[in-house]
Amino acid sequence: SKEVEEFSEALLLKPLPDRKVLAHFHFENRAPPSNSHGRHHHLFPKAISQLVQKFRVKEMELSFTQGRWNHEHWGGFDPLSSMNAKPVGVELWAVFDVPQSQVDTSWKNLTHALSGLFCASINFLESSTSYAAPTWGFGPNSDKLRYGSLPREAVCTENLTPWLKLLPCRDKDGISALMNRPSVYRGFYHSQRLHLSTVESGQEGLGSGIVLEQTLTVVLQPETTSVESNMQPSWSLSSLFGRQVVGRCVLAKSSNVYLQLEGLLGYESKNVDTEIEAHQLWKNAEFELSLKPERVIRESCSFLFIFDIDKSSDSEPFDLGLTWKRPSKWSCQQAPLHSSRFLMGSGNERGAIAILLKATESQEKLSGRDLTNGQCTIKANIFQIFPWYIKVYYHTLQIFVDQQQKTDSEVLKKINVSPSTDKVSSGMMEMMLELPCEVKSVAISIEYDKGFLHIDEYPPDANQGFDIPSALISFPDHHASLDFQEELSNSPLLSSLKEKSLVRSYTEVLLVPLTTPDFSMPYNVITITCTIFALYFGSLLNVLRRRIGEEERFLKSQAGKKTGGLKQLLSRITAKIRGRPIEAPSSSEAESSVLSSKLILKIILVAGAAAAWQYFSTDE
Amino acid sequence: MKEEKKDDGVMAEEKPYMFWIWTLASTIFRLFLIFSPANINLSSRPEVSTPHTSLRRLAEGYWLKQSSLSPYAGSMYHGSPLLLSILGPLTVQRIEGQSSHHLCSLVFVIADLLSALLLRAIGQKLQKSYRMNLRPLGVLRSSQDRGILPCGDIAALVYLWNPFTILSCVGLSTSPIENLAVIVSLYGAVTRRVPLAAFGLIMATHLSLYSAPLVFPLIFLLGYGLDAPPIKKFLQTRHGGVETGSTSDVSKQEKLTPTTQLPFSWRTVLHFVFWVLVWSSYVLVLCSLSLKQYGGLEEMFKRTYGFILRIEDLSPNIGVFWYFFAEAFEFSRNYLLIIFNLYILLTSIPSLMFRLKHRPCFLAFAYLAFTSILKSYPSVGDAALYLSLWALFVNELTDMEYSFFIFCGYIGFSLLSPVMHNFWIWRGTGNANFYFGNAMGYACFQFMFVEKSVNAMLNHDQALKKATAEMTKN
Repeated sequence: SKEVEEFSEALLLKPLPDRKVLAHFHFENRAPPSNSHGRHHHLFPKAISQLVQKFRVKEMELSFTQGRWNHEHWGGFDPLSSMNAKPVGVELWAVFDVPQSQVDTSWKNLTHALSGLFCASINFLESSTSYAAPTWGFGPNSDKLRYGSLPREAVCTENLTPWLKLLPCRDKDGISALMNRPSVYRGFYHSQRLHLSTVESGQEGLGSGIVLEQTLTVVLQPETTSVESNMQPSWSLSSLFGRQVVGRCVLAKSSNVYLQLEGLLGYESKNVDTEIEAHQLWKNAEFELSLKPERVIRESCSFLFIFDIDKSSDSEPFDLGLTWKRPSKWSCQQAPLHSSRFLMGSGNERGAIAILLKATESQEKLSGRDLTNGQCTIKANIFQIFPWYIKVYYHTLQIFVDQQQKTDSEVLKKINVSPSTDKVSSGMMEMMLELPCEVKSVAISIEYDKGFLHIDEYPPDANQGFDIPSALISFPDHHASLDFQEELSNSPLLSSLKEKSLVRSYTEVLLVPLTTPDFSMPYNVITITCTIFALYFGSLLNVLRRRIGEEERFLKSQAGKKTGGLKQLLSRITAKIRGRPIEAPSSSEAESSVLSSKLILKIILVAGAAAAWQYFSTDE
Repeated sequence: MKEEKKDDGVMAEEKPYMFWIWTLASTIFRLFLIFSPANINLSSRPEVSTPHTSLRRLAEGYWLKQSSLSPYAGSMYHGSPLLLSILGPLTVQRIEGQSSHHLCSLVFVIADLLSALLLRAIGQKLQKSYRMNLRPLGVLRSSQDRGILPCGDIAALVYLWNPFTILSCVGLSTSPIENLAVIVSLYGAVTRRVPLAAFGLIMATHLSLYSAPLVFPLIFLLGYGLDAPPIKKFLQTRHGGVETGSTSDVSKQEKLTPTTQLPFSWRTVLHFVFWVLVWSSYVLVLCSLSLKQYGGLEEMFKRTYGFILRIEDLSPNIGVFWYFFAEAFEFSRNYLLIIFNLYILLTSIPSLMFRLKHRPCFLAFAYLAFTSILKSYPSVGDAALYLSLWALFVNELTDMEYSFFIFCGYIGFSLLSPVMHNFWIWRGTGNANFYFGNAMGYACFQFMFVEKSVNAMLNHDQALKKATAEMTKN
């Protein structure tokens, strides 16, 4: 039978320990493999299909993020944080299915297409100074992977609108109707992500299928109306988003809302009947839900309440609410090591970049899980991109484990460095550390010099500083997934949460202030420098040209002229004495002849110049 | 006669003793600064280390080479691959409990000592030649003999105790090795050791492109011999001798005849050219072997000479081009690059060659001084070299004008340079114009210094000519 396109929408709500609420919208659109002669879509966006086909994209992920993920309170070891905690700004990575020599060309074309499609400055990633080619430090292991990020890109409503246009129901119906712009962008964290992957078909003559996954992850602060300060705030969908769900997207195959509650440890040990359990869980002494869930699924650390919004209507909208009755505390499961990155040093000349990895409470639970040669170790991959204006001295890399410096061969298992070239390419560093499980802290530092740029290379606000993109710390031996006890092939969201995903966290974006030249000085610098050089040139030539011998010859020539005058005087006296006045007229005749010849020559030159001028002006 | 001999003996005994004491003191001073716990971080001073001579960049290049990457990857290292092979392993080894790069500092101390000893030998040769040239001028014989200063010892001690030299040695710059190569070439030419002169020239040009003009003074040294007075003076002397028919004049004419007939030794020059080609091929083969898998010679020329000629790095230094090309408009950059690169060739090299070809060592000083002002990435090590060569001519340049003013200018702008840099980079109360203004002032004083030196040397030669004329009349 012929497969059809599928669209699913889901919303996951999750209270957080620091009195906030996480809302995760998940939309999945699947296009089956079809005939390569032509493709006509009913649900799948045509722009994405053409983009994949044109640039031979095998896998791609694009995210627009505002705010920073709090790994300590919002989670570090669950699929939500591993997949949706993104660095600030725009991040794009893509794996292409083209020959190696065409990967960069495809990347440039892809950035331009995405720039137009999503109304963002993604085309800035076209420059070879803005992207890198990771090998193994980043997630996908491929030599046709390209990665780039723009930390300074401001994410706002104009980025959400084209993102919503890819949905079949836009933001008119279904779960996406909850996306009220003021509510979404008022939160502490906002990340919209687009993930593309192709599915190969085994048959000949059929193109590959496309899976488009769009997610929006927001962290919102409910309004606090409770008098008690330590009480968790109660909320509802209308109070969080200012809108209600009045019906599902009629084009969606499934439309569900999930509520995930962690920390309900008191109910794990009970082995009660499912129906009775469900009845008791959504109304108990701690909290109360405003609607009865369809199902309740137990996970190793949390409970999942499933709601179907198909039953809602205009007269009876879907408005899920959670009311807390008494204070409740719990903590999130965290990654093995908590990572942070900061700058060291002062001044505008040089500094150092340091990464600090600290052990978390979750590390003790994970001890003994990984054994390498009989020893318990934690593997950590660190991936960093350095802009070209940060001159990194890679030989100054130092690694301290528990405040003791280790040589590179002890803990550094693998390192791949691609130094940056001025104005040509950015630098990249991939490191794999192998640390003992009982490690408390790891510090990595590397020194750099700050670059001095041409005045044209500064951004409009030069004194704000330059951004160093976030570093990515991933743990290849640890995977995050939700361990559901029941089979849930129906929901794409739950299927993705059930898959094992790499545990990773992004560090802070660093802001490096560079020294600035005086932008008003180009003409002054050029004129002053050239003037000094001209003065030097003149004085040197004067010294070298001067000859005392020439001065003596000049004096002799002056004396010669004087003697000539004396001769003339003597000749006149003798002429008077002898009574011969004929000689004087002859000399005057000679002078007149010389003058006449010079005059004739001048007249000829002027006439020639006039004729030439007339000739050329006539031509023009 | 006896008294003169005794005086000479006393002077000969005292001078080497004092020289070696001062030399040892300078070495101890350098070692004290190197191993001092004060940890003066001079390796990143823009006056001492440039992108071309920085040891930190050499260490980075060596690390990249050890990591199977090209040492020129990443716009860091722009020096010689041979220097990388020699100094690179020293940057990795660390003495227990000490900071890094101490072995490189010891290498630089040894280079400074060798340079000083070679300078002393050059100076002694020059002094002997000067005295021999003044001997035929009978009127000046007695007074000049007593007044001639030991320029070799003075030049060597000026080099060792020059603060610029000490800064380059302690500040982890590769300038001491470049200076040693230049002085080796001059020493080889002065002592007429043609292979050594060619080797020094090739190494100096390989380490720094601006040493290439030294080929002209070296050819004059090998062709005409050591700093000979102008031949015109001896022609006039012979002419005067011929005119007068006295016996004493005939004897003087006989004495001066060998000097007058001193020819240009083309054979030695061809020998020199041959050895230049030999050493060039040898160095290029070595570089090609060391960079075989990283782009070869083309990559080396692009990253070393191309980096110098294109002024790619706009980090501040004591020259004037870093700010000029940071502020110049992009569309006129190529034009200005051509202008300033041809400026050195067209302004200084031909005009000086014509007027100073009879003084090859002084011509070498003039060339080094001009290139140290007009090169892309100057440092205090370049000033240390030409100041020491200037000290070789203390006898000829005693009548130099404005010498005290120029001396104060050098001290003033040298001390102001770190102050302006601190205001700009660290405190933020100043801006780049502060440091650029200091660089301009420093360049002005260097120009003035070179101009007055050339003027004084030409005046000295004119005085010699007058003395010869007076002797002819007598």
